[in-house]
Amino acid sequence: MSMHHPRDDLILSYSAGGLGESWSLAIAAHLALCPVCRDDVSLAEEIGGVLLEDAKVDPAHTLDWDEILDRLDDVGSDLPHDKKFSDSMFPHPLRDYIGVGKEQIPWRMIGDGVGQHLIETGDSGQARLLKIPAGTALPEHGHSGRELTLVLSGSYKDGVEKFARGDMGDVDQNSVHRPIAGSEGECITLVVTDSPVKFKTLLPKIAQPFIKI
Amino acid sequence: MNINITSSSAIQPDIASLSDFSLRKCKPHPEINCERHMNYIQNAASDANQLIKLIANNKDKAAFMELYQMFAPRLRSFMLGKGADEFGADELVQETLLSVWRKGASFDPQKASASTWIFTIARNLRIDRFRSENRPQPDPNDPSLVREPELLADEKIEKQQQADMIRKYIKMLPKDQSEVVHLAFMESLSHQQISDRLQIPLGTVKSRLRLSFSKLKSMMRNMP
Repeated sequence: MSMHHPRDDLILSYSAGGLGESWSLAIAAHLALCPVCRDDVSLAEEIGGVLLEDAKVDPAHTLDWDEILDRLDDVGSDLPHDKKFSDSMFPHPLRDYIGVGKEQIPWRMIGDGVGQHLIETGDSGQARLLKIPAGTALPEHGHSGRELTLVLSGSYKDGVEKFARGDMGDVDQNSVHRPIAGSEGECITLVVTDSPVKFKTLLPKIAQPFIKI
Repeated sequence: MNINITSSSAIQPDIASLSDFSLRKCKPHPEINCERHMNYIQNAASDANQLIKLIANNKDKAAFMELYQMFAPRLRSFMLGKGADEFGADELVQETLLSVWRKGASFDPQKASASTWIFTIARNLRIDRFRSENRPQPDPNDPSLVREPELLADEKIEKQQQADMIRKYIKMLPKDQSEVVHLAFMESLSHQQISDRLQIPLGTVKSRLRLSFSKLKSMMRNMP
């Protein structure tokens, strides 16, 4: 069971439909692994239902029942889908964005054995998978924006806090942190940022424009 | 021919928002079986859950028309709020309710109230229309999904009771919090857009949203 969750402003805005695609992807992947947050989203969506019920009444100018009833005959009905999924380290909907299994991910190595795989989304946020070897630290970095980190396998420590599968780190701007992968094995995470990450050491900073982190 | 729908016994009188629908005159289409419709109105609670069930099970057009009249005017102001023009709003309202017709079978009243389910359909259509982005969501059939231990039936709060509490709660929120909640849900604005609209710092938007939701959560979880 997850111990670290996204903060409530993200849960609320995910439910309201105000998050960009990359942020929604990170929240949705966490939700797949966290029944507590799924409950929170259901509750937040009920706020949407209440606000819709209480919304101002704005009657349509004309209501053409003939046309609407004709369209009903055309649209038919969807049966609840029985799409089969295989069990995977990548929960739905993340899997659809990666498209391949863990073994086939075309990792780009960005130093210290750390692999990166960028994920395309339709918004301005940047989603990426990171693969960090056991016991390895990510270069210390600060943020000019928010950073969400979802652990998919292995674990990492950030200060005294430990993050394992399903846990989500939600780090704000102005904070500097240094995640270190657990010694039990490599750590694979989904990371979403809304601005380029700022590394504190010189070398990664020089390399930053080329490795797109 | 007009039928005066008067049964509203299932709707509590102190909740004014939806109860007025039941007093509305319904103008059935010639295809509609009025007698069956009247029987339904008299015998069953005329609430949205029942209507969706009739749509899913019987492809009941009269039920659909009633649901349409219930929700279309609300959905229209929801769509107009996001900046749809008059024509675009009507089209999105129709698409939302046609989705209700199509997806009726997947509605589960244990999981969401009818208006919440309709809200989520409208929200997703609106994101699709105005931002041309996906809105990723988990799939309950995914074997990778981590499930919660099943709650006993009586531990779950009735959805109607929950909605009543949320309504009271929203009315009680301080204005600065209810304002950000309204902008988030009714216009699907991002935190930055809310900050620009209200001319308040981004951090203030986040903290107001957090505050409003954490209070609601603790209220719902501390129920007897």
